[in-house]
Amino acid sequence: MAFLKTTWHHVRRSPYQAFAAIFIMLQTFFVVSIFTFVIFGSDKIINYFESLPQVIAFFKNEAKQESIDALKEQLIDTGKVSKVHFVSKQEALKIYEEKFKDDPLLLEFVTADILPSSLQISTEKIDDLSSISEALQKSSLVKEVVFPKDVITNLTDWTRALRKIGTALIVVLALDAIFIMVIITGIKISQRKEEIEIMRLLGATNWYIRWPFLFEGMMYGVVGAFFGWLFSVGLLWYSLPIITSFLRGIPLSLASPLLLAELLGTELLLAIFLGMFASSLAVLRYLK
Amino acid sequence: MIKLDNVSKAFGNGASGLFDVTLAVEKGEFVFLVGHTGSGKTTLFRLLIRDMLPSKGTIMVGDFDVVKLPHQKISHLRKKIGVVFQDLKLLFDRTIFENVILPLELSGEKTLEAKKKVEDLLFQVGIIEQRNKFPIQLSGGELQRAAIARALILSPDILLADEPTGNLDPQTSKDIVKLLLDINEKGTTVIMATHNVDVVNKLTKRVVALDKGKIIRDEKKGKYGVS
Repeated sequence: MAFLKTTWHHVRRSPYQAFAAIFIMLQTFFVVSIFTFVIFGSDKIINYFESLPQVIAFFKNEAKQESIDALKEQLIDTGKVSKVHFVSKQEALKIYEEKFKDDPLLLEFVTADILPSSLQISTEKIDDLSSISEALQKSSLVKEVVFPKDVITNLTDWTRALRKIGTALIVVLALDAIFIMVIITGIKISQRKEEIEIMRLLGATNWYIRWPFLFEGMMYGVVGAFFGWLFSVGLLWYSLPIITSFLRGIPLSLASPLLLAELLGTELLLAIFLGMFASSLAVLRYLK
Repeated sequence: MIKLDNVSKAFGNGASGLFDVTLAVEKGEFVFLVGHTGSGKTTLFRLLIRDMLPSKGTIMVGDFDVVKLPHQKISHLRKKIGVVFQDLKLLFDRTIFENVILPLELSGEKTLEAKKKVEDLLFQVGIIEQRNKFPIQLSGGELQRAAIARALILSPDILLADEPTGNLDPQTSKDIVKLLLDINEKGTTVIMATHNVDVVNKLTKRVVALDKGKIIRDEKKGKYGVS
């Protein structure tokens, strides 16, 4: 394990270079972690919206209960509907009161009579929303159809865009990290040219000389990835209450410890590969 | 032990090399290699440790065919030959102890045994008190002793000493040569390249004289000048 001692010597003698290498790795893995959280979070938001009633049909005051029940049966018979729930005027009032319980002014003059009864419908496939919505709009019982398809479509599009931007940013940062590591390892090799020459003359094998540089690259990757992960988890923990208060009603929580551990493990493996790859390039280039 | 057969080394820039050198050194011999600066002494040493390849000829060191030696075996050859380099080649950011233990680390020797070996050898060469100092804190003679200790730490069969008394005062030179003679008496083949006329003439050992890359003299009990 003499190479561990040599690696430590390398780090101790040029701490600023070591710091630069660790810092670029930290940035890369910080961004990897943040985008992972953003993607997981946006998936959760989409799932939340998908689980909500996707079409709400508000009935006219004169709509009779038997007619509404018949319409409900017709919808179920299409086979496209996964869930239908009838909300009476009284239930609508309860929902309203619950929602605005902290604002008595808004509750003061509202009675069940002025609130419409409604059907809340979820479809098996998101593509069936349009046909169900059209069918409801044609019904003479229905006053208004609320159809939040655009919200989900927009969110899905945003998530896709975020994934693409995240991937591009990670690729650019990983390339940056590789180039900077190659340069730093190259400088370190140049600084130790005489030492390397002496070691060769004393009988050092090529691998004895190469290993400390490869291990050093790997170590920078691991340390950078660990702190990148740690800072991103810290940021998530700090900002989650702010995000949840902003996205009121959407149940967001800190990722499970298992998921965080899996992310750390994956990042450490990736960091070992990235560090080794970059220092191998430098060793092949400068230690012929 | 060492056999050079019609060895020539020509440099691209026209600098002096070796021309048709044939030389045999037996196990346990002490040989002075004398000659002016640029006569080819250091080139001969560099060829023996395969720091460079000859333009022609064959070189045998023990069982190693130096010219045909595969690249991965060069480290094996270098561990068999201890070298005291002209410029010493000590690592200035390591202590004397760390410099001397380096060849053992390269050979993967266990730390405790290696430390014991280094302590013993530093005691033998007389610089045990300096073990934790850096090269810059040592005198010229002490640095030579440190370089000799490093060259001997793997108990090599051959010791090549390139101008080990250069820039040293007469008394220190005498001490260094005595150290090399002691090493030779224990069975190590020693080849010492030198300009030091007094040392060569006093000891009456084998003298090989080089001039412009050619052996001009090889005497069993020789002197620095023509006998």
